[in-house]
Amino acid sequence: MPLPTGPVIGIMMDNLKKRKSVFPISGRKAVKWSQKLEIPVGGETVLYTGSMYQLLPYMIAAVNRMGKMEDSFLGQYVGLGRFFNKMFNVSSIMFRPKRADHKRFRRIIRDIARLLQQAGVDFGYLYKKELYAGALAFDLGVDETFVAHAQRLSNLFKAQGVRSLITIDPHTTNVLRSVYPTIIDGFDIEVKSYLEVLAENDTLRPINKVEGEITIHDSCVYARYEDVVEQPRQLLRRAGYTVKEPKNNRNLTHCCGGPIESLFPSMAHQIGGKRVQQLKDAQGKGVATMCPICMATLQQAANGDLEIDDIASFLAKAFCPPGANDKSAEEKRSQP
Amino acid sequence: MAKVNPDFIKKVTASKQFNASECMNCGVCGAVCPMEIELLPRKLFRYALLGLEDKVLEHTPVIYQCLLCKMCEANCTADVHIAENVRFLRTYISKKVYQL
Repeated sequence: MPLPTGPVIGIMMDNLKKRKSVFPISGRKAVKWSQKLEIPVGGETVLYTGSMYQLLPYMIAAVNRMGKMEDSFLGQYVGLGRFFNKMFNVSSIMFRPKRADHKRFRRIIRDIARLLQQAGVDFGYLYKKELYAGALAFDLGVDETFVAHAQRLSNLFKAQGVRSLITIDPHTTNVLRSVYPTIIDGFDIEVKSYLEVLAENDTLRPINKVEGEITIHDSCVYARYEDVVEQPRQLLRRAGYTVKEPKNNRNLTHCCGGPIESLFPSMAHQIGGKRVQQLKDAQGKGVATMCPICMATLQQAANGDLEIDDIASFLAKAFCPPGANDKSAEEKRSQP
Repeated sequence: MAKVNPDFIKKVTASKQFNASECMNCGVCGAVCPMEIELLPRKLFRYALLGLEDKVLEHTPVIYQCLLCKMCEANCTADVHIAENVRFLRTYISKKVYQL
């Protein structure tokens, strides 16, 4: 039996109102990826993670826990969980992410930052001041909470003198670029995905030889909401890979199932399974995703049968100096 | 028996977001939906346009099962903003039912 929708949404929205994120994450954990990268604080152009990659380990833990609750008598107590979550942070006790998951998502953000540095892009980072952009609240239609949060974030950008944002995931890109200007008066900050920034950059050239056929999984949000379709292909080809296309691709890409994972984990898993089959049929050596939700959902559905990684990791192998950011043995073992 | 709620009709028709009346009922959206949701958007949007609030609320789980992936919109011949319409219904339920 599915979990009760209202209380599950309620818990996430209470967290966003009270703790500024749908799954509370400590500032220390959110910025840990940036260690030793020497990214300047703030500036007119900032790399904006929106904490999406950092939140994924919590989402994976939550989905695993909630998936078990779907057919259990415990499902009926979610409402009680919401009641207590208002007083103390129940979600941080219930959903404990694996250390290896933190590591693998941190590695991807590091790869993105290293690619931008390698391309000579001038950018800063807001560190602990950075907030989640609120995409889930918008998707779930909780507009009052979303607008209040968006206003808080817009005020932060103003106070920090931010004029341009480089985003790293499709959901954050979409809300900041296409939704914020419709709900916040005078929101005129330029928003570009790092994939667009890198594709426009002529100085980024491969320094390591890579080869092989990589199947591309387009994110629905990048392809159908934001028209980011050619840039990831251009970058993979420039890196030296051959791009393989699955049956559903570009603006007709097939969803990974991730958007409903927090409410209907079993259904999301079935959709992920269908997409994994299409990706297998394309017969690439690996699969490149460009959204942390897609990556987590597809890895879970593939259950180790297919090498699925973020496009940033494939690109970093070609464009960045090797060694420092390679996958750890612990991470390799833990990947589903 | 279906019950019409005039206030619901007012809210739906006053909304600039909800453009389901453009739908020609061709059925492509249901055919391409990865979730195979046949109900969305054709029947559900009709219920909303007719003010059948009870019928809409009865299908709350389906409204939240939509992936908002826009596969339907990419194939829609009438330019219906299906994802935005689904989001409109979610906003209504969030306020009216879940008090969020």
